[in-house]
Amino acid sequence: MAEPILDIRNLNKSFGALKATDNVSLDLRPGEIHALIGPNGAGKSTLIHQIAGSLRPGSGTIRFLGRDIGALGVPERTRLGLGRTFQISSLAPDYSALRNVMLAVQARQGTSFRFVKAVMRDRSLRDPALEALERVGLAERAHVSAAELSHGERRQLEIAIALALGSKAFLLDEPMAGMGPEGSKALTTFLDGLRAEAPILLVEHDMDAVFALADRISVLVYGRVIATGTVEEIRHNPDVRQAYLGEEG
Amino acid sequence: MMGNPRETILNLALVLLLAAIPLVATGMGEPFYVTLATRMAILALAAVGLNFLLGLGGLVSFGHAAFFGIGGYVAGIAATHAFNAEPLLFGLPGTNQMIVIWLAAVLLCGLAALAIGVISLRTSGVYFIMITLAFAQMIYYFAISWPAYGGEDGLSIYVRNGFPGVNTLNGLHFFYLCFGLLLAALAVFSVLRNSRFGAALEASRQNQQRLAAVGIAPFRVKLVAFAISGMITGLAGALFADLNRFVSPSMLSWHMSGELIVLIILGGTGRLFGPVAGAMVYVLFEFYLGGVTERWQFFLGLILLGVVLFARGGVVGLIAGKARHG
Ligand SMILES: Nc1ncnc2c1ncn2[C@@H]1O[C@H](COP(=O)(O)OP(=O)(O)O)[C@@H](O)[C@H]1O
Ligand SMILES: [Mg+2]
Repeated sequence: MAEPILDIRNLNKSFGALKATDNVSLDLRPGEIHALIGPNGAGKSTLIHQIAGSLRPGSGTIRFLGRDIGALGVPERTRLGLGRTFQISSLAPDYSALRNVMLAVQARQGTSFRFVKAVMRDRSLRDPALEALERVGLAERAHVSAAELSHGERRQLEIAIALALGSKAFLLDEPMAGMGPEGSKALTTFLDGLRAEAPILLVEHDMDAVFALADRISVLVYGRVIATGTVEEIRHNPDVRQAYLGEEG
Repeated sequence: MMGNPRETILNLALVLLLAAIPLVATGMGEPFYVTLATRMAILALAAVGLNFLLGLGGLVSFGHAAFFGIGGYVAGIAATHAFNAEPLLFGLPGTNQMIVIWLAAVLLCGLAALAIGVISLRTSGVYFIMITLAFAQMIYYFAISWPAYGGEDGLSIYVRNGFPGVNTLNGLHFFYLCFGLLLAALAVFSVLRNSRFGAALEASRQNQQRLAAVGIAPFRVKLVAFAISGMITGLAGALFADLNRFVSPSMLSWHMSGELIVLIILGGTGRLFGPVAGAMVYVLFEFYLGGVTERWQFFLGLILLGVVLFARGGVVGLIAGKARHG
């Protein structure tokens, strides 16, 4: 078995009396899509936040590329190669789609403390940014401000940013939410190919997408992983059927 | 990118107008208006500094008087020591050379801004406003209680400091010196805004979470912006002291900080020429309304209220429309 890219051990996080993350262990291996499913409020986003560094875990370890990243902040983790998207899109609203991605390109290059050259004429920023937009199918909307993009387009833009960062692992928090059947289908195809570039920890409610994409699935209920396994194993797991899939029949 | 033709025309008009006022005034034998225009240019310069932080970075510093005043005191103290031929620091003499004074003011304000920024940038929102105010007030009270340099009464500059090749005692010449620095600062502002650093700074205003998520630490970006901002405002302070040939703690007071914020809101927050438009309107108001009624600031308040409620983009926004970000 290949060494995992991302390895989470015994993670705990409480909000007051609420255990949002309850002794969670899971890993992400090269080339795989590991889906994280569970009902609303199960703690999926909270887990993503802790991996990305925007929330501090109560206890437990997170290793990324063999390195304990628990003490690092969000920017450092991104620079190491953790590319995340937010469940609720988080973009620079005044900036065009293109400038949002260009910001990611300059961040990746580590050139944000350059003060003279104008960014808009800078092909070393524009070209990679346009390429990332093209990959997610947003190239025609490059010059529309993020605030004016549709909900689904903003989800795509978030992914384009993660691509432009050259991420070594993707943490995607409900990328299909609000996308419509067409968009979901296109994104499913896209993510299917993306896993060869870097593994994906995919939080998603769209079960068609999850069953189509996932190499492994972990089921989170009340902050706890109640099962991890292949699509078939999860489909037939009685605990999962009762606790979660049962709701959908 | 900033290809808004109406804004370009407006900016050009403001430059020409401000450049022309002292010429016309001199032609009509009204030197007072030269002083008025110089005041506009210097306040605009100070506001360009704040606009960098507030307009691009979204950081409302209510303590920029600290830099304005430090710049002023650098000019006053250097000139006093030069005048009295007393050594200033470590055996170094004072100076009446503006270039040296400007460099010292900019350097000192940059250091002061780093020190103040390191602490205040750990907060945000109202706390940031209050902590920058607190720092400025500390310096204000320090100046008041420092008898060596005039304390509450301030410090006079007996002869305006000099600049090679320019007769700074001539109001017109001094105006064009200040005007030139204003244009230079506007050019710096524009270049910085369009640069990678400018992009990071603007992104930190729009969405810090996003900035951090692409791997740029917002704190460092804001700290550097704070230092640049303080340096520009400090330079204006040195000029202001030379304009009035006087520096006093009032340059450090919170009124001054508030005035700079008002200028920017009046002119257009984050717009390149917002501070210029704001300073021109403000100084005109101060002069004409101030001549009519003691309570001119009440009317200024009304206008400000109108701007905030109905014309968020200030003068520049009203005439040139919304800003475009490419
Ligand atoms: N910052 C917070 N403070 C307090 N409670 C929170 C916070 N964030 C999330 N929670 C709670 O933690 C639980 C898990 O939330 P979340 O991770 O968003 O769930 P999911 O993404 O699986 O829908 C929910 O009950 C939510 O209300
Ligand atoms: Mg969630």
